[in-house]
Amino acid sequence: MDYAAYFFIQVVYAIASLALISVGLAVIYGMMRVINFAHGEFLMLGGYAVILPVQAGFNLWISMLIIAPLSVGLFGIVVERLIIRPLYGRVIDTVLATWGLSLLLIGLTSATLGYYQEGSKPPLGSLAIGAYRESGYTFFVIGITFAVMTALYLGLKRTRFGLLARGTMQNPAMAAGLGVNTGRIYAATFGLGAALSGLAGAVLAPISGVVPVIGATYIAKAFITVISGGATALAGTMSAAVVLGTVNQAVTFMTTPVVGEVALLVAAIILLRLLPSGITGRLFRGSV
Amino acid sequence: MAINRRHALAATAATIAAGVFPRSGFGQANTIKIGTIVDTSGPLQPFGVQKLQCLQLAVEEINIAGGLLGRQLELVTYDGQSSDQSYAQFAQQIALRDRVAVVHAGLQSSSREVIRPILRRANTLYFYNTPYEGGVCDRNTFCTGTTPGQLLANLLPYMINKFGKRIYVLAADYNFGQLSERWTRKIAQENGAEVIASDFFPLDVNQFGPTIGKIQAAKPSFIINTFVGPGHAAFYGQWAGAGMKKEIPIASQTFGEAGEQLRMPPELSEGIFVCYNYFEEIDRPANVAFLERFRKKFGNNYGYVSDLGMSEYVGIQIWAEAVKKANSVDREAVIKAIESGVAFNGPGGMIVSDPRTHHFVFDMHLAEMKNRRFEILQSFERVQPTNPSGVCDLIANPTTNQQFEPKL
Repeated sequence: MDYAAYFFIQVVYAIASLALISVGLAVIYGMMRVINFAHGEFLMLGGYAVILPVQAGFNLWISMLIIAPLSVGLFGIVVERLIIRPLYGRVIDTVLATWGLSLLLIGLTSATLGYYQEGSKPPLGSLAIGAYRESGYTFFVIGITFAVMTALYLGLKRTRFGLLARGTMQNPAMAAGLGVNTGRIYAATFGLGAALSGLAGAVLAPISGVVPVIGATYIAKAFITVISGGATALAGTMSAAVVLGTVNQAVTFMTTPVVGEVALLVAAIILLRLLPSGITGRLFRGSV
Repeated sequence: MAINRRHALAATAATIAAGVFPRSGFGQANTIKIGTIVDTSGPLQPFGVQKLQCLQLAVEEINIAGGLLGRQLELVTYDGQSSDQSYAQFAQQIALRDRVAVVHAGLQSSSREVIRPILRRANTLYFYNTPYEGGVCDRNTFCTGTTPGQLLANLLPYMINKFGKRIYVLAADYNFGQLSERWTRKIAQENGAEVIASDFFPLDVNQFGPTIGKIQAAKPSFIINTFVGPGHAAFYGQWAGAGMKKEIPIASQTFGEAGEQLRMPPELSEGIFVCYNYFEEIDRPANVAFLERFRKKFGNNYGYVSDLGMSEYVGIQIWAEAVKKANSVDREAVIKAIESGVAFNGPGGMIVSDPRTHHFVFDMHLAEMKNRRFEILQSFERVQPTNPSGVCDLIANPTTNQQFEPKL
């Protein structure tokens, strides 16, 4: 019984962390159709944006929840202006450009920060689930993912910015004709995606540590989640995270982490064979 | 990319000054070239930098003492970039273009198995200076790191006596981790204990939630890990974060070899058991003097010299002893010299060659982590590099070329 509870918590945690690392990419790819190959490095920058301030004496929670998303979001706006904007509509070119950005960021952080990572213990202590012990931080990750998803849903559905952003993504020419500054909306949406990636990287940093190549651990999973989810950023990411996270973690429990990863990939292939345009191509249509 | 341009320029300048002007190569006539490939960038950087520093210090000390056979040593350095592909390319260059007298290279067992055949084919003498899973039996190769017969064979009986007979293994998912796990099972069996479960992790795995759950369900007497690199280091934080630190003790085949104990809060590392042939904490005049020279060259913030770095220092010194004995840098002469018995009194203790296996006899020390320092609990003198089933004998069968694995 205790083990079942522990298992359940780990599955929910896997779903939450998968959704968290994917949501920034989902906003950028799902809404803007820009394939951001530097997504993993945005997560990595988020990690450093919490670890470096903490080492400099800042409060952990302020660094994680404010400094990291803000700084990576601003970085995203700069990237949009300098690299992405001239390439809208040219998918292959954005892949190349963001891949180059990814290599550049890995190179720069390798050369300046190196691989001497500081070990740390996740905050919030531990608690007992029957005979089992689980880190309190696991529940924090689950909670923050829920909060981020809810805020994003309300933001897109209920605010003026959300309306303009959705309108611009659906039909940029019409939106511009109605007086929307689409350039600013694109920049803000890209910045939002980057900020969400920064937050995700920051939230995971106390558990997994940060090294310059850590993006590679996340990027494949994030892409698979977003693509399996389909066209709708939020509902797609959440539904794909539920399916893939459950498969991944359940198989990891039964076998090993390697087989768990394989199972995730197999599940994604089957999913895309049955639902070629992703889960939200068939289900939850018309949601955000 | 060779990163030895500065040395090369200095060597060129020296040759010109000497009035010789060879078009081919830099001062080949004067210096003895030693080739090295270690990972000074990428995830293995904390290991590679330490290894390179130890190589540089050994070469510098020999040069200050007058060099070998009246010639100065020159280190030709390549950065393996934490990638086995780079090793393949640089091993070819070192053997065929640089034409070095000896190669001291490799960190991961996977990179060793990439370059060992290349160097054997090119008749270039090879030293692998890293504690590893043991069993390499190749006349062209000498291994100056410890083997499981030296490390696990002393660490595991201690853990079994102290904590119990149920062992949980966590290991890196490549030949080092896989073969170490088989050694653990074999040694456990010999000591009446049992490996109840083994989990293997690719180097980029950094989430251990399910594993920590499985360990709690299995209730082992202790854990033995063979973790490699920064991804796996995240385990210690997650283990402590789940409140397991005081519940189940941990022994490690690798902890501290990247100096990671200095970069994590003591509460994460407290009470981890290890067994190596060298620690900075070894209280010996030769070691104090070594660390003083090391600090003088690399500053006070160099991190930590572990058995991993020390193996490189020892590798160069053993090779130098053999060259002196053979009075030649010729491959065949040096191999014969080591096979006839070579010893080096290193900072950590006396090191003696084992002619049959091309491995070495060390003093081993068992230690426990106490407030970021290794406290040595017990020492074992003159530990032989037992090879699996005692099958490797390069004196009787010089053509052997394989890696023997433990029989279960």
